[in-house]
Amino acid sequence: MNSRGIHVQSVDKSFGRGQARTVVLKKTDFVAETGLLTMLVGPSGCGKTTLLSIIAGTLHADGGAIEVLGQRLDKMGANAVAKFRSRNLGFIFQQFNLIPTLTAAENVSVPLVIQGFGYRYAERKAREVLEWVGLEDHVNFLPAKMSGGQQQRVAIARALVHEPPIILCDEPTSSLDSENGQHVMTLLRKAATQKDRLVLVVTHDNRTYGFADHMSEMEDGKIFRTLTTHEEILRHHPPGS
Amino acid sequence: MIRIALKMLFGDRGKYVMLVSGITFATLLMVQGMSLFCGLMSWTYSTMRNVRVPIWVADPKVEQCNDNKPMRDTDITRVRSVEGVAWAVPLYQGISMARLVDGTSKMITLVGLDNNTLIGAPTRIIKGRLEDLRMPNTVILDDFGVERLSAGRSRPIGVGDVFEINDREARIVAICKSYRSFTGGPYVFTTYDRAVQYAPNQRKMLSFILAAPQPGLSEHEVAHRIAGQTGLASFTHQEFMWSTIMWYVKNTGIPINVGTIVIIGFLIGAAISGQTFYSFVLENTRHFAALRAMGASSGELCGMLIAQALLVGFIGFGTGLGLVSFMGNNLLRLGKVPFLMIWQIPVIVGVAVLVIVVISALIGIIRIVRLEPAIVFR
Repeated sequence: MNSRGIHVQSVDKSFGRGQARTVVLKKTDFVAETGLLTMLVGPSGCGKTTLLSIIAGTLHADGGAIEVLGQRLDKMGANAVAKFRSRNLGFIFQQFNLIPTLTAAENVSVPLVIQGFGYRYAERKAREVLEWVGLEDHVNFLPAKMSGGQQQRVAIARALVHEPPIILCDEPTSSLDSENGQHVMTLLRKAATQKDRLVLVVTHDNRTYGFADHMSEMEDGKIFRTLTTHEEILRHHPPGS
Repeated sequence: MIRIALKMLFGDRGKYVMLVSGITFATLLMVQGMSLFCGLMSWTYSTMRNVRVPIWVADPKVEQCNDNKPMRDTDITRVRSVEGVAWAVPLYQGISMARLVDGTSKMITLVGLDNNTLIGAPTRIIKGRLEDLRMPNTVILDDFGVERLSAGRSRPIGVGDVFEINDREARIVAICKSYRSFTGGPYVFTTYDRAVQYAPNQRKMLSFILAAPQPGLSEHEVAHRIAGQTGLASFTHQEFMWSTIMWYVKNTGIPINVGTIVIIGFLIGAAISGQTFYSFVLENTRHFAALRAMGASSGELCGMLIAQALLVGFIGFGTGLGLVSFMGNNLLRLGKVPFLMIWQIPVIVGVAVLVIVVISALIGIIRIVRLEPAIVFR
């Protein structure tokens, strides 16, 4: 296995018991490599977010192997997974999940604070990254004073501030209009290609498919097709389709 | 993480104010209740606080210092004859009526001190002279008596004024400061012989014998020697004080009433704070889950909740204690309400507030520990 990417092998996951049991992932395999923007796409309820949660180590799989950056997450304890996440993963959520009482700079500095860095250093780094996402004038703004697009850019800055090798994004554009969505995806692509990162985007927003370098399509808990080149993606999902 | 926790707390002003108010209110109720209780209990032995002597000797059936079971005058010589007693003097204490020149009557607590030594006389004379008590028909009135007996007069009653006790003249020669009595009547001090004349005549008039041990002997040892040799009840100051307090605790509804206030205060504080804190955690669940997803451990999140709860507890406790101290020192004192905040009260209430805070934090911690960080992806 490649020690720099994500490798998921034969993962199962179900929720509930007895008659209420719902199988979400069935022997699912998935691979993503660094330096690329990988999209995991599919209709609602197909298991994309569940797979993302398992890759992030925030949800336990019932079976299978999950290797991220050469480490078996399914073999680690809860604290070790938390430590692994704090160092190696950046998150961008659909609902942004910014803390409403913290300014943009304070929100962005949170991952560094979690890692134990001092507030001054963390906020200085946060200002640098906010500048990178074009929000240098909004460092002291509270989330409520910013638009949805600006909030998502703050969330991107928060995902990048500790320079993690992997960024996991859950429907990052679904709460945004087309223009803001394009802006966010441009930033994510830049983040993937500039620093040789692995950016994994879970989405069903077909307006953004053109930004993907690699795409895994899911249905009923399984990856049914993997498109490995940009051209192949455009052929199967032409813009405006 | 603590700074983030506190910013989260301060940012939600409504909940923050509610949490602090809950703790403040609980502290206020608990401290006020306990201070009122201590104040009332201190009033029960105010005669002992006004007449400070090492040993109190009384009838064997006497359990507290406001109980009046007179002894024979010869009992004084029996006490004096006990080895180790330095001195023993009589004390009269009883409730009488003071009749003023306008015909109104007021209840007073009459205290008769030893004619020769005036042992147990008030130590804080505001006006007049203690020695003048040796003149005929003279009394010393306390400052509360001035207030009580001046009602309806154009000027306050004072040194040189006269009133009647049991149809006998009582001329005020001094005004003193004294501790308020439990019965509510002001203290009037005079000599033992004169007090006996003022009081309604009975076969036995001696309320207490005041005594002291000889140098080098302990009060405790001599008090027990007196009890053993005379068959009378004999207490050190501390023993009699606690005996009096415990009598009122056992035989009145005061502890139940005050205890109810304190328990209600605790429950209100716990309910308001617990519920508000839980609601705060509930509203911030997604943010806590996001922090957890970003790598914060359960311990760090619990630490955040504990910091938030402790800070709220500290501010609420401080505010409540400040408010009740202000009330105690100003409003309650003006109204002559018993109020005594001994140092143990803030300590006890502080522990109670800590319990409230821990309960509140625990409710949040249970939710956070069970929190599935994957909810941030839903």
